[in-house]
Amino acid sequence: MDVVELARLQFAATALYHFLFVPLTLGLSILLGIMETVYVMTGRTIWRDMVKFWGMLFGINFAMGVATGITMEFQFGTNWAYYSHFVGDIFGVPLAIEGLMAFFLEATLIGLFFFGWTRLSKVKHLAVTWGLALGSNLSALWILVANGWMQHPTGARFNVDTMRMELTDFMALLFNEVAQAKFVHTVSAGYVTGSVFVLAISALYLLGGRHQALAKRSMTVAASFGLASALSVVVLGDESGYTSGENQKMKLAAIEAMWETKPAPASLTLFGIPNLTTRSTDYAVEVPWVLGLIATRSADKPVLGIDDLLAQARDRIVNGLVAYRAIEAYRADRGRADLRQVIEDNAGDLGHALLLKKLRPDIENATDAEIAAAAELTIPDVPVLFWAFRLMIACGFWFILLFAVAFWLASRQRLEAYRSFLWVAVATLPLPWLAAELGWIVAEYGRQPWAVEGLLPTFLAVSDTGTGNLIASLAGFVLFYSALLVADLYLMTKYVRMGPDAVLGHPVAPPFQRDPIVQPAE
Amino acid sequence: MLDYETLRLIWWALLGILLIGFAVMDGFDLGVGALLPFVARTDMERRIAINTVGPVWEGNQVWLILGAGAIFAAWPAVYAAAFSGFYLAMLLVLASLILRPVGFKYRSKLTDPRWRTLWDWALFIGGVVPSVVFGVAFGNLFLGVPFDFDPNLRFLPDISLWSLLNPFALLFGLVSLAMVVLHGAAWLNLKTVGPIRDRARAVLPVAALVFILLFGLAGIWVTWIDGYRISSEVVTGGPSNPLGKTVDLVAGGWLVNFLRMPALWAAPILAVLGAVLAALLRGRALAAFLFTALVPPGTIATAGLALFPFLLPSSSHPAVSLTVWDSSSSALTLGVMLGAVVVFLPLVIAYTSWVYAVLRGPVTAEHIAADHTLY
Repeated sequence: MDVVELARLQFAATALYHFLFVPLTLGLSILLGIMETVYVMTGRTIWRDMVKFWGMLFGINFAMGVATGITMEFQFGTNWAYYSHFVGDIFGVPLAIEGLMAFFLEATLIGLFFFGWTRLSKVKHLAVTWGLALGSNLSALWILVANGWMQHPTGARFNVDTMRMELTDFMALLFNEVAQAKFVHTVSAGYVTGSVFVLAISALYLLGGRHQALAKRSMTVAASFGLASALSVVVLGDESGYTSGENQKMKLAAIEAMWETKPAPASLTLFGIPNLTTRSTDYAVEVPWVLGLIATRSADKPVLGIDDLLAQARDRIVNGLVAYRAIEAYRADRGRADLRQVIEDNAGDLGHALLLKKLRPDIENATDAEIAAAAELTIPDVPVLFWAFRLMIACGFWFILLFAVAFWLASRQRLEAYRSFLWVAVATLPLPWLAAELGWIVAEYGRQPWAVEGLLPTFLAVSDTGTGNLIASLAGFVLFYSALLVADLYLMTKYVRMGPDAVLGHPVAPPFQRDPIVQPAE
Repeated sequence: MLDYETLRLIWWALLGILLIGFAVMDGFDLGVGALLPFVARTDMERRIAINTVGPVWEGNQVWLILGAGAIFAAWPAVYAAAFSGFYLAMLLVLASLILRPVGFKYRSKLTDPRWRTLWDWALFIGGVVPSVVFGVAFGNLFLGVPFDFDPNLRFLPDISLWSLLNPFALLFGLVSLAMVVLHGAAWLNLKTVGPIRDRARAVLPVAALVFILLFGLAGIWVTWIDGYRISSEVVTGGPSNPLGKTVDLVAGGWLVNFLRMPALWAAPILAVLGAVLAALLRGRALAAFLFTALVPPGTIATAGLALFPFLLPSSSHPAVSLTVWDSSSSALTLGVMLGAVVVFLPLVIAYTSWVYAVLRGPVTAEHIAADHTLY
């Protein structure tokens, strides 16, 4: 493996690993806020015990999320130095603001969440819990603003004097439609994860006839919050589909394994087997109109297929070469304003020309055959995207069904009546993680060959470092992360088994006990 | 609107402030980690020491995360160069920092003594290694590290971990460790009672003396090495491209700024004075802690002012060294980020202060016994 492959493997592995912990933090933080709000409003002690019990599991997970998050920030610098230099002027901004506005808040408040119970009034502690949830969710916002820019780079331009992209419009970066769609989709997915987590563990307690009062209340909260979140994941996922239809046509075409442009309104391929040799989809089951409606929000616009997009990519490579040649000439004579103008007019396609670097170093001499071959590089891995996407969608609809049933049972106080349902809830536990990881595979693997869509090919974005460093770090991560995962899962299962009474160190309060009026001194 | 030169100067200062924020805030909890095996011997003592920082270390560490994020946003070339150039050193820091969240969180979740000893070691390593490595990194800034840029501004490092671990830089690593241990001892002196406080109080003057000796030694050594100087015309408001200047080496050149502006001597004096007063006033724990909190600003400012305007000198190709004038972000990005700092940093300081006020007072064995969910 070369440096590029090793760096990509390391990024994919550490990012997917990091995202095992993030969605649970996002979802549980809000669920804790809801439970504690009920506690403060009703004064019923059991709700405080629920917050403390689920909070303990939240803490075990949170530590891993923080630990693995530092890796992500460092990795842009260590393994992707050219990327960091080329787009740091834009990409660094949301990352830094994330630290300033969001991570500081959640990390500062988490100590008081755990250790402030006896030092704070009820309302102040509630404010701390919601502050923690707010910090976690704002953190996701800024990270997805950064990621959204990689998918759809707006508000920036190429500067030939500094040989990098520079920010021209901060508002365009922040209100990037792709970033906003990704944010709501991703946090909703986190809420689903938190809800499934609470639902499944509570179901386990009900099956064993343990901790019934706590489990039923927890399940009721998870069912209502989960249903709302599961619906919004799918609706907002559709919004993501629309924005990628607008901005990442190739990704959408690959997800649909759509080789030829379909006449408007395009049909949606529900199922089929993408065939790379014949460039068609075998056994395709299609639903008329649906894709056209999702991707173009209209009945008369076509959705472009891979073959037509390839032709566009070829044009952009040719155009990008104009900018590339002008840059070379400008370096020799920095006084020429005409060259600056040529660069400015064509820099939007420079990234496409850089794809040729995969084929030859002196890309200004590229042949037509090489240009065609470089255009082919813009097609992501069709079968992986096709299947990952469909599996994710199946999970999404399954969550809606599960939470709808749970909600219906909860509203009739019949949650413990159907053991088969409880088993189904327990069995669903791994699915939100599966769906979230598949979602990232679609988003990031589907962006290939680009590190930043249309601007910077991934293979150019890496550091000029030796494979030795990358192998050492990858081996370190595999060993280290595996050991941490063992510790994390061991503690999680141990605490779930111990159950709330043992975790709290006292029996969970009976359902209708109200808090003693004694309040801690201010 | 501020001009480009002013924005760069402000962001150079802010970079220093964020690093100082990290060294002051996270410094004492790193110091507690480094002192853990020595000042706390029984399990209960260790739990007391750990819980003095348990509720706050996480927020403290965000100063580092924010520092790295701010370098990324405001000095992208420095970010790219430092992280990929100091590759294995960064990895070492990362690994030891990853140990901390899980170490704090997981240590006391099980009662098995082997489990707890394991995580005690993790917290010790998590305290010592980053402190030393950051010092070593600063030392290497004075020496310069071998790297080049190609015309596309790809960063081409030629740096091995072993070359970074030279005696000069290791001395800086020890200065940094002594600073952190001093600050951590002052914290434990403030937040504990009984035997842990007595041991921490005994460490204080020793750590202060060691710090002053090593800091002085590093200062003397710096006068013997070559400093860097921009020898072409200094363009302060031009595009951020490090390829357009020439640089030469001058013996003792890192002292030039101090000789030109004697007021700058306030920085090293502050560091030494903080250490001396903390040692003398160790009986008044809060005052001693506030004095050790002056040591990191004095130390980091001394280094930053000596290096100015250099951020990352290249020993193999001095002309491509990164300076304040040629490796910043665009003026717009610096302006936007400055706005974000002006709005949010006061908020951060406000709620952080509130948290410390809520948690004021020493941590005792009674606290630990009363709440089994503590670390």
